[in-house]
Amino acid sequence: MAKSQVSMIVNGKKVEELVEPRTLLIHFLREQLNLTGPHIGCETSHCGACTVDLDGKSVKSCTMFAVQANGADIRTIEGMAAADGTLHALQEAFREMHGLQCGFCTPGMITRAYRLLQENKNPTEEEIRFGIAGNLCRCTGYQNIVKSIQYAAAKMNGVPFQEAAE
Amino acid sequence: MIPGLFAYHRPTSVKDAVGLLGSLGDDARAIAGGHSLIPMMKLRLASPAHLIDLSGVADLKGIREDGRDIVVGAMTTQHELVGSELLTNKIPILRETSLQIADPQVRYVGTIGGNIANGDPGNDMPAVMMCLNATYHAVSKSGERRIAAREFYQGAYLTALKPGELVTAIRIPVPAGGHGYAYEKLKRKIGDYATAAAAVVLTLSGGKVASCSVGLTNVAETPLWAEEAEKILTGSALDTATVKKALAAAEAITSPASDGRGPAAYRTKMAGVMLTRAIARAKARAGA
Repeated sequence: MAKSQVSMIVNGKKVEELVEPRTLLIHFLREQLNLTGPHIGCETSHCGACTVDLDGKSVKSCTMFAVQANGADIRTIEGMAAADGTLHALQEAFREMHGLQCGFCTPGMITRAYRLLQENKNPTEEEIRFGIAGNLCRCTGYQNIVKSIQYAAAKMNGVPFQEAAE
Repeated sequence: MIPGLFAYHRPTSVKDAVGLLGSLGDDARAIAGGHSLIPMMKLRLASPAHLIDLSGVADLKGIREDGRDIVVGAMTTQHELVGSELLTNKIPILRETSLQIADPQVRYVGTIGGNIANGDPGNDMPAVMMCLNATYHAVSKSGERRIAAREFYQGAYLTALKPGELVTAIRIPVPAGGHGYAYEKLKRKIGDYATAAAAVVLTLSGGKVASCSVGLTNVAETPLWAEEAEKILTGSALDTATVKKALAAAEAITSPASDGRGPAAYRTKMAGVMLTRAIARAKARAGA
């Protein structure tokens, strides 16, 4: 089957590649672009480990063909930190607030939380939990993930982070 | 999980899309958000030789008013439905339903056209469209016809859509101002299909039901329009005895499968419970 030419922006850089139409976006990112941050978890659109930011939306890259992303602007976990290595507020938050244990869900969790905070700068705990409902974590029980996102929101808003009483 | 080989097409007009669907025949499938079709392709339960991606067709997007109706383009995503001020004001049950579909990532790409046209009895919008008495615009090479949602669903994944036809828009009559509404969905976890769900839209006049409409999700091979229950409720003050009678009428038309969501009898009972809650909430929201 003939390959298709695709062109897209990935983490700020333009890429042009040939892909089979059946190549899933997650395989394209991991195997052709060597961006192994987005993970393959369930492969059935449930777990969200493969989440990337695409044209201002969080999408599960295991449930999209690379050809469908032709012309898109994509950000993966590799594109979150600044060029000099300074961590994004969310990455710092997950480190400071122990928002990960095994870390498998973290790239998807952070890219999803990134879009959530773009849409809602100061979400309530309930809004955070509803907003990350498409990302599964089997370690943390979510408590510290929620806390991490609250920490990042405070940092991005330039206000001190105050932990809610438990 | 890698899908079979296919040729990819990305038309930019409805005319080209239905042209491809018509000429490629059974070997072609249209793809909208892809969150039903791609998982099926990964499992090789579907292996279309041609995939016609509708995302480049601008005419399939957008939400507009047309007289007393609102017309929603088939490629409008659940996320866009949730964010639409027009729909939130005029047909708020659509926002309430959209927010109960899957999870944020799926709502960003999942479309209303895919949800209603796929014929999956687990999908939420079909019963809501039956409740709202919506009409689907179906376009093929030979022109457009309109199909009532209440006559669209014939079996699991079996609809009135003919080969070569594409649903391009959903036309919904705007319910009367001050109507009450609710979509009540029982699910095992967030993102799940309904164990049972009920949609209710009603208007009150002098404390009595002036008009009423009921749809049920995932308790039969098709979504259900509970016409008999509506007739029982209309004209009543929604007193306990009448509601009970309506529930019995609604439960009587269900025929759910026994599956991971529970045995058939339980799911039928839950359809009744969801309907009770939907009636109560719609009543509380309705202007007298």
